[in-house]
Amino acid sequence: MHKNVLFSLLVMTLTIYSIRLLPFLFLKGPIRNRWFRSFLHYVPYVTLAVMTFPAILEATGNPLQGVAALIAGLLMAWFSGDLFAVSITCCVVVFLTGLIL
Amino acid sequence: MSAEASLELNKKEQPGAPKKRGAWFVHGMKNGIPIMMGYFAVSFAMGIAARGIGMNAGESFLMSLGMVASAGQFAAITLISQGAGVIEMITTTLIVNLRYFLMSCSLTQKLDPKMSPAYRFGLAYCITDEIFGLSVSVKDFLEPLYTYGITLVSVFGWCSGTVLGVLVGNILPDWAANAMSVAMYGMFLAIIIPPARKDLFIALLVGISMLASWIFSTAPVLSSISSGFRVIILTIVIAGIAALVRPVTDEDDAAAGEQADGYAEGAAEAAGKEGGHA
Repeated sequence: MHKNVLFSLLVMTLTIYSIRLLPFLFLKGPIRNRWFRSFLHYVPYVTLAVMTFPAILEATGNPLQGVAALIAGLLMAWFSGDLFAVSITCCVVVFLTGLIL
Repeated sequence: MSAEASLELNKKEQPGAPKKRGAWFVHGMKNGIPIMMGYFAVSFAMGIAARGIGMNAGESFLMSLGMVASAGQFAAITLISQGAGVIEMITTTLIVNLRYFLMSCSLTQKLDPKMSPAYRFGLAYCITDEIFGLSVSVKDFLEPLYTYGITLVSVFGWCSGTVLGVLVGNILPDWAANAMSVAMYGMFLAIIIPPARKDLFIALLVGISMLASWIFSTAPVLSSISSGFRVIILTIVIAGIAALVRPVTDEDDAAAGEQADGYAEGAAEAAGKEGGHA
């Protein structure tokens, strides 16, 4: 099990470093292909949205707490946008709803 | 970097910015403090998740030190727990962290052509949303030691949070562990929602992505697809179609993508606020 974990970590560490390194090694100028440029532009939004929902509902024992955290997080992100503040807001909401649910 | 190139760099820096390379490093460490605090809280939750699937403190430390990625490591934990194969691990890591590719592209535009190419290998390691945000927001050319300073402090917070999460996460009561388990998602929301507020198309994209993800996780046949591949498939399809429907315009491209500016603003703002207290 743990041998596999270390092997997996090695594979993923090398992969993620390659992603970060390749542009530094090969990029002489801006990317020309418009579709690829646009695709890269939209990737983070789609990826993170897919990873957030519905996974947030299953993060705690109770899906209702997940819903509350999602709504609070959305509101906080919409009005504040500060990474740390949004993160903490979600945590606090789960804590508070945990007291009553 | 040669002394000559270094002098050249210093000439180009804005007034008020550090003049010496060592001072840039210290300046970076100071600006890294708010990032370190945010990283600590999030990586603590990461440590709890890692422990939950049976990873020990050493493995979790290596993961945080090697990957330095929130969504990426979160996906990594899921993949390890599922016993995913090498192809799935590489593909998922590529897709989930593709934004770093974009950020690296963007940061290359900030480098002094005279900078020693060796720095490129170090800077590549430093690419995260927040560190990139601070680095790309300096005026003129980027002094690599500035980025190294930010990274040193930030990665310290990232790794120590992870290890503590593994070690003492289990003595946390359920309510605290539950509360921290959503920290990661809060961070994701903080990355995708502010740009969605400014751009209705991105808001629509986020909505469609969440809906599709929900369908994929509940529909009879689709739900048998692992969550790693679900992310890959939906990202390629939805972002691919979005790129056809609304290609990025040349104005958007001024800084290799709008979101880069968003990160830069957010991070610089956060650093400014905290800097005031320090």
